[in-house]
Amino acid sequence: MIRVVLLLSFLCATGWAQVAVPPLTAQVVDQTGTLTSEQRAELERKLREFELRKGAQIAVLMVPSTAPEPIEQYSLRVVEQWKLGRKKVDDGALLIVAKNDRALRIEVGYALEGALNDAVARRIVSDIIAPRFRDGDFYGGVNAGVDAMMGVIEGEPLPAPKKAAPSEGGNVGQALPILLILALVAGGLLRAMLGRVLGGAITGGLVGALAWLLVGTMAVALFAGVIAFLFTLLGGGRGYGYYGGFPGGFGGGGFGSGGGFSGGGGSFGGGGASGRW
Amino acid sequence: MRGFGLAIAALCTLLLSGCGYNELQRRDEQVKAAWAEVLNQYQRRADLVPNLVNTVKGFAQQEQQVLTQVTEARARAGSIQATPELVDNPEAFARFQAAQRELGGALSRLLAVAESYPQLKSDANFRDLQAQLEGTENRIAVARNRYIRAVQEYNVTVRSFPSNLTAMLFGFKPKPNFTVENEQEIAKPPRVDFGTKNK
Repeated sequence: MIRVVLLLSFLCATGWAQVAVPPLTAQVVDQTGTLTSEQRAELERKLREFELRKGAQIAVLMVPSTAPEPIEQYSLRVVEQWKLGRKKVDDGALLIVAKNDRALRIEVGYALEGALNDAVARRIVSDIIAPRFRDGDFYGGVNAGVDAMMGVIEGEPLPAPKKAAPSEGGNVGQALPILLILALVAGGLLRAMLGRVLGGAITGGLVGALAWLLVGTMAVALFAGVIAFLFTLLGGGRGYGYYGGFPGGFGGGGFGSGGGFSGGGGSFGGGGASGRW
Repeated sequence: MRGFGLAIAALCTLLLSGCGYNELQRRDEQVKAAWAEVLNQYQRRADLVPNLVNTVKGFAQQEQQVLTQVTEARARAGSIQATPELVDNPEAFARFQAAQRELGGALSRLLAVAESYPQLKSDANFRDLQAQLEGTENRIAVARNRYIRAVQEYNVTVRSFPSNLTAMLFGFKPKPNFTVENEQEIAKPPRVDFGTKNK
């Protein structure tokens, strides 16, 4: 317990001055407002198609600045959180641009280090992207850079992509006890306050949302939410009359529609190249 | 009777929460894996050296001194047997670290020297090697960070109750960690010198 508290306070203390890692909402995350929505959509379409065909995940992140950290350190934090690439295959890559720092980097997952090695990454950064950025053509630079990355990765033999969702997400085993306790405690409280159905629905929603946050897979979240709902609904000894009208399907995770984008669990070891313009 | 019940309850809790044996094993294994990765990346850097030295030699023959320094530092770093057991020996660990630090320093001097040779700088081969070296230095930094984290977790487990009892029983000792490369230099205040030395 003390360890957890210490770790948390340590994280808080060190996390204070650092730029936060933005949530991974799409293949292209632009926090600088440089790209128009059409340009973003075009890039995302291209990257999505590539992932469906080849399996490898490429994402683009544009931030104003990574200060006080160097771009290498920040970008590793980003990929450690985003987990681009399939789990155990590690075929993810990130193109990160710190606009005001005039710095950019290609971060390469383990499996792609052969094809998209440091020297190749460096060439893409300094020969393809940087000149365009120097002319102020950010979309052109990103677009050409992404094309080059895809072209290189194309030549790398990777396991064929699965037809279904990228992967079976994070560590369910670790999240389960927390969820169970939460479901029990919150469920009991809410049931006492709001009655069975409403309490159950809210608990289900909460647990589902939490499961989604912790595990990151829709199916697991839905499942947890429904279980929590049923648990609260049926659990507990004494029950006052339960009023009808079963609110259908309210118990699940609620949000996080299809078409979203999330990392598959790939890992990175710091390969890639950085450059400036 | 009451005391006996309490004792049983306490024993059960201990057993249930685990005496930390599995946790110790897991953390120990994590440290070993992280250390293997550190060694792997150091080796990668050492493997780059001969190529780099040869390339620079072709353009900057007169920089003999820097080149020899790099070669010698590599030889010294390579002469230390980097076994997994090294982690458990603080002295050998410090020696290993010093040797790697020396090689890192020599390499960065070499790259600094290369800056004054435009032909060398624009050589495709050299640029590739430079990119690889930079990438490898970054990988070393990442591997070291992960090792530091793994050792931290391991040491906390070894020292905290009740797993420290298990650790004592089975001979798990705290492991040495990396220190900041140039602790003494950082501790010194920076000296600003505008070249106007008053004698």
